[in-house]
Amino acid sequence: MTVDAPTRWSAEMGPSAAEIARREAGMPTPLVGMLLFIASEVMFFGGLFAAYFNARAAAAGEHWGPPPPAHELEMLPIALPLTLVLVASSFTMQFGVWAIRRGNQRAMRNWTAITLLLGVIFLAGQLYDYSILGFGINSGVFGTVFYTLTGFHGAHVFGGAVGLTILLARAMQGQFSARNHVAVEAISIYWHFVDVVWIALFTTLYILK
Amino acid sequence: MATTTLAPRAGTFSRSWVLDWLTTVDHKKIGILYIVNSFLFFFAAGILALVIRSELAVPGLQFVDEATYNQAFTMHGTIMIFLFVVPVLSGFANYIVPLMLGAPDMAFPRINALSFWLLPLGGLLIFSGYFFGGAAAEGWTMYTPLSNARYAQGVGTDLWLIGLTLVGTASILGAVNFIATIFKMRAPGMTLMRMPIFVWTVLVTATLILLATPVLTAGLIALFIDRNYGGAFFDPATGGNPILWQHIFWFFGHPEVYIVILPAMGVVSEILPVFSRKPLFGYRAFVLATVGIGLLSFSVWAHHMFTTGEVFLLFFAFMTALIGVPTGVKMFNWMATLWRGSLEFTTPMLFALGFITMFLIGGISGVMLASPPVDFHLQDTYFVVAHLHYVFFGGSVFGVFAATYFWFPKMTGRRLNEGLGKVHFWIHFIGFNLAFFPMHPLGTSGMPRRVADYAPEPIWVFWNLVSTVGAFMIAISVLPFLVNVVATLINGERVGDDPWEANTLEWATTSPPPPYNFDKLPPIRSERPVFDLRHKHDAEHLAAEPVVVREEPA
Repeated sequence: MTVDAPTRWSAEMGPSAAEIARREAGMPTPLVGMLLFIASEVMFFGGLFAAYFNARAAAAGEHWGPPPPAHELEMLPIALPLTLVLVASSFTMQFGVWAIRRGNQRAMRNWTAITLLLGVIFLAGQLYDYSILGFGINSGVFGTVFYTLTGFHGAHVFGGAVGLTILLARAMQGQFSARNHVAVEAISIYWHFVDVVWIALFTTLYILK
Repeated sequence: MATTTLAPRAGTFSRSWVLDWLTTVDHKKIGILYIVNSFLFFFAAGILALVIRSELAVPGLQFVDEATYNQAFTMHGTIMIFLFVVPVLSGFANYIVPLMLGAPDMAFPRINALSFWLLPLGGLLIFSGYFFGGAAAEGWTMYTPLSNARYAQGVGTDLWLIGLTLVGTASILGAVNFIATIFKMRAPGMTLMRMPIFVWTVLVTATLILLATPVLTAGLIALFIDRNYGGAFFDPATGGNPILWQHIFWFFGHPEVYIVILPAMGVVSEILPVFSRKPLFGYRAFVLATVGIGLLSFSVWAHHMFTTGEVFLLFFAFMTALIGVPTGVKMFNWMATLWRGSLEFTTPMLFALGFITMFLIGGISGVMLASPPVDFHLQDTYFVVAHLHYVFFGGSVFGVFAATYFWFPKMTGRRLNEGLGKVHFWIHFIGFNLAFFPMHPLGTSGMPRRVADYAPEPIWVFWNLVSTVGAFMIAISVLPFLVNVVATLINGERVGDDPWEANTLEWATTSPPPPYNFDKLPPIRSERPVFDLRHKHDAEHLAAEPVVVREEPA
């Protein structure tokens, strides 16, 4: 980097062309903010997962699962299809991001709408699942950790859906372009994160039984 | 010094004064809001401390009953830590960090305003327990099963949980903002290794907040679910584990100690070089030590849980002792900075030196407690209370006052009266030691913490009375401070833009700085750009050198 003679003032407040290029070279600030926020969310879910495994370790050798008379957790007919729905929504989200990077506003709008629809299907399915599981948050420690983990994940899906709705509303007004779409990138990262949390949750609850 | 200052553009558009402060997104105004709000909570929690010390002055119950006493020490701890020390340092960071980086504002000004406004809301929720049948009364650590629905029946505990969740969210948002600001908003030439040490400590602090506070949030929510929705996280009767709360709380709680102390260390590291007229000794070592403390702080939490019998003593004892090493590096750097400096004993310098000496005592008692055999003897005694006050009060609060005296001229253009400041310091310093040093012998002689009454043992009676006298001295020391602040604001000495002849970029603009801070920036070729500007022949020498060389001032 070149430097001016130190006896003179330099760096007028208006950034130079080189300075603008330097700033734009890195990751946009809103994305940095979103990634940092997601780091904190990872730790939040880390705390809840720690509670889950703590309870599970304490129950070593005893029954681990929904308390009778409720049935054991089953992937079918609800949990696995919902997982596929949410994973699919990550793909549709990313197609939307790629579309707007190419400047294709219409494709971005459609993919965002599909993603939102898949997210709503997931939430509705989860609520239906809750209604037929046959145990509650107060049915022993398994019920507590199950509903807390899946409930907070669901709340995050809901938050993501709100974000997608805002994206969609802004996209309808044509606010995004190939150059200017940092909100789309940020929400998409959040949506992928929520998806990854669900994959970890699904693996923990339904596969590592 | 006028010659080292760049005149920024004048003028701003006007708005109603109240609306302006309520809706501001200017990092400087938000910083002042943080600081004023924090000091209000400081005074409230200080009054609670006087309630505690008055009750303990002599054996027996004189002023309050046990329930009121329990609420007093719970609220005192909670408010002091979560609503005074952490936010007041965030306030200084809010004001100073963008200035030190040569930035016009924080990265996310509106999120910055949100982070602030969640604080008084959360604080008032925590306090409002007093109006709904009694505030939380289970200690600031809120251990289960003491805090479960059976033993803590009041709504005060629920309000405590909700309020603290809001306060925690505020700090997380603030941490995101600080990290993004530090990585994205630095002026040209301000490389990471030229950032002032205060900025480094804020960066590490923000990282700790970002990674530790969400875990506390998870715990707070879990406890709320246990209390209100029949959850079983911490209830062994239905498969839960009460020790889990301690793990979650201290996984947050120990980094929290460094969240509270690191920015204060940063403040001291800015003040010592200015009033020693020397550069900070070992800048790189100091940065590494700060990062090292941050990393180690996540591997020591269970030293709060030695007596539970559930933790691996050797590991946590070793890691805790290890954290003394980077702290020792910092002590060495501060000593070496002072060594053969031309020292000026201004009020901020006195508070900075108070920090070093008192924090040293707190650090040493900390290493003592890191040893499991000692800890088994001293767990839940007043020795622990002495240790934590030497760290939080002798450390962080001295740092807070040092920062207040040091940056007051930057925030207002007027310097606090030095005479009153020194009166404040000496009453404060002597009162602090009178209040908290006796807690060491009280602890080693077995006096338990969190009790409203104690046996009339002669040694306990004597030291408790001394401690109470000290507590009232601390309270009295606040008076010259308040008088000083008010008198200075009304009619203080106007001292120009750089009254201390300081080193870092915040002194290159006017006092107080205009909106968006700078019209022009001096060249940044070291971590002391304003010093370089003042000593131009040295700076020319620097420019000729490709590597930043720090010179002794002539």
